[in-house]
Amino acid sequence: MNLFNLPHTELLQHLINGLTLGAIYSLIALGYTMVYGILKFINFAHGEILMLGAYAGYFLYYFLCEGSQTGGFAIIAFVISLIVAMLISSFLGVIIERIAYRPLRKAPRLAPLLSAIGVSIILMNLAALFFGTKSRKFDYPFDNTALQLGNISVTPNQIMILIVGIILMASLKLFIDKTRLGKAMRATSQNQAVASLMGINVNFIISLTFAIGSALAAVAGIFMSMEFKLYPTMGQMAGLKAFIAAVVGGIGNISGAMLGGILLGLLETFGVVIIGIPQGLKDTIAFSVLIIILLFRPSGLLMKNIREKV
Amino acid sequence: MLNFILLIIIYIGIYAIAGIGLNLIVGYTGLLSLCQAAFIAIGAYTTAIFMTALHFGFFEAMLLSGLVAAIFGILIGIPTLRLKGDYLAIATLGFGEIVKNIIVNWDSVTKGPMGINGIPGPQAFGITFSAIDKVPWAVLIWAILALCYYFVRRIVRSRIGRALEAIREDEIAASAMGINTAKYKIGAFTTGAFMAGIAGSLFAAYNQSVAPLTFDFMMSIMILCMAVLGGLGNNFATVVGVIIIVIASEIPRLVGISHIIPPQINQVIFGLILVLMMIYRPQGIIGRVKLNYAKIIKEEILHLER
Repeated sequence: MNLFNLPHTELLQHLINGLTLGAIYSLIALGYTMVYGILKFINFAHGEILMLGAYAGYFLYYFLCEGSQTGGFAIIAFVISLIVAMLISSFLGVIIERIAYRPLRKAPRLAPLLSAIGVSIILMNLAALFFGTKSRKFDYPFDNTALQLGNISVTPNQIMILIVGIILMASLKLFIDKTRLGKAMRATSQNQAVASLMGINVNFIISLTFAIGSALAAVAGIFMSMEFKLYPTMGQMAGLKAFIAAVVGGIGNISGAMLGGILLGLLETFGVVIIGIPQGLKDTIAFSVLIIILLFRPSGLLMKNIREKV
Repeated sequence: MLNFILLIIIYIGIYAIAGIGLNLIVGYTGLLSLCQAAFIAIGAYTTAIFMTALHFGFFEAMLLSGLVAAIFGILIGIPTLRLKGDYLAIATLGFGEIVKNIIVNWDSVTKGPMGINGIPGPQAFGITFSAIDKVPWAVLIWAILALCYYFVRRIVRSRIGRALEAIREDEIAASAMGINTAKYKIGAFTTGAFMAGIAGSLFAAYNQSVAPLTFDFMMSIMILCMAVLGGLGNNFATVVGVIIIVIASEIPRLVGISHIIPPQINQVIFGLILVLMMIYRPQGIIGRVKLNYAKIIKEEILHLER
């Protein structure tokens, strides 16, 4: 099939599916990019924070309304679970940074990276141990029958993901660009030593960064377990792809992470329907994108190319 | 019991070959590679395909496996040359996933998720290697390990080894000293991949079968753990790390409690090893041999005067 033979409605349909997927990637990518911007290392455990956040939301939601309910109460329960899951994830992110990354802040680059991989493996396997390896499905708190807009069908869940995603990303952007704390965060990412001379509590800012990134990951995790499935290794592939999205946009750049996430979501969706990449090889798309970007524009779409100097 | 000990010895040998290869990449050159399992898989499948479908002998297939893995090492090495630590880790991780995906999906050649069975036992030196008698296997594998160990030892104690270590310590400074960093980085990657390919070939031939899911991300992590536990940048330490981890993960089976220990426990322990070693003893339990620069400089001067 080729792009020009596709009917417009079908194209729009894939566009919406791609945007939904992209919004989820963007939410995760923000966590990577913020941490990378400040600490210059990949938080490999970010995907696992996402997974644990999703489990926290799942269990709380079923505790609150014992499943199968829809209607007003279920929606309130869902909102409460979402917020509590964000808090739990933030807490987890901060704790992980304290235990596994902070002691290594002055160590060679390889050390925090290996430590992060270690944390990721520990969390993934503990989750498998305690929650089982079977996949679960987060039931929709609302009626999820697709709405027909012309010839396109959009599920309420997709609409929610897009709206919540946009609100969260816009408020993060505002927070970083307009508030004092956001300014402190930008200063810390430019130069920690100077930032701390200006009276910024660098440790607090780093914890805050982990907290915000992890909270966004929890939201993405819950969305993923509604749209797809919930299982202990869900964070691995999602995390990798979101990281790729962050690299595509230009790692360390907030708008870049959003753009990269959306682009990757679209590429994956259209890669399967238009180019005809088999489903089994869908994950290869993201990695090919990564290698291409790193070859031709290693600092990402939205960042200037800077040569490293001594 | 004897059989069990032989099994452990065989696995130590196979993992040690792959581990020394990884140590050359991660420990000496400082490039974090997370796709050693993919190179092992390439080696294992090359052997499996060439021995079953094309009826190659084992030793030809083994060399070929090493070479194919090395070619892939070059292929993944070239685009990743521009990448520093973290990016490289992700790119290699991605490469590992791609290899696994292709193996699972390329049914006509790799038989998909089922894997390839019935790889014949090699025949050499008048001995037929079979699954029943493990002694020849153990001897063969440890002989190859000894060769690899000696080979890498020669590399790392030469100019090449010092160039690799210079790249690890400071790439910019190294290239300012006239070291062709691209050449050495690809070289390290290729050599490490070659050894992983050999290890994979032995793995396939010894088990007489290969299945794609054996060679997952966790296998790369396990080998990385072995190198980290012993001490990065020290081959002897890597072998010690391999011995400790292989024995530790087989003990439950020996004592007969493997069925009550969930497999995840092993992996949680690998994770703990990585975190705790990085925080409390990043040089590993044995540590790294410090180069004696005075001696090296003296030797170099002698070499120049000659």
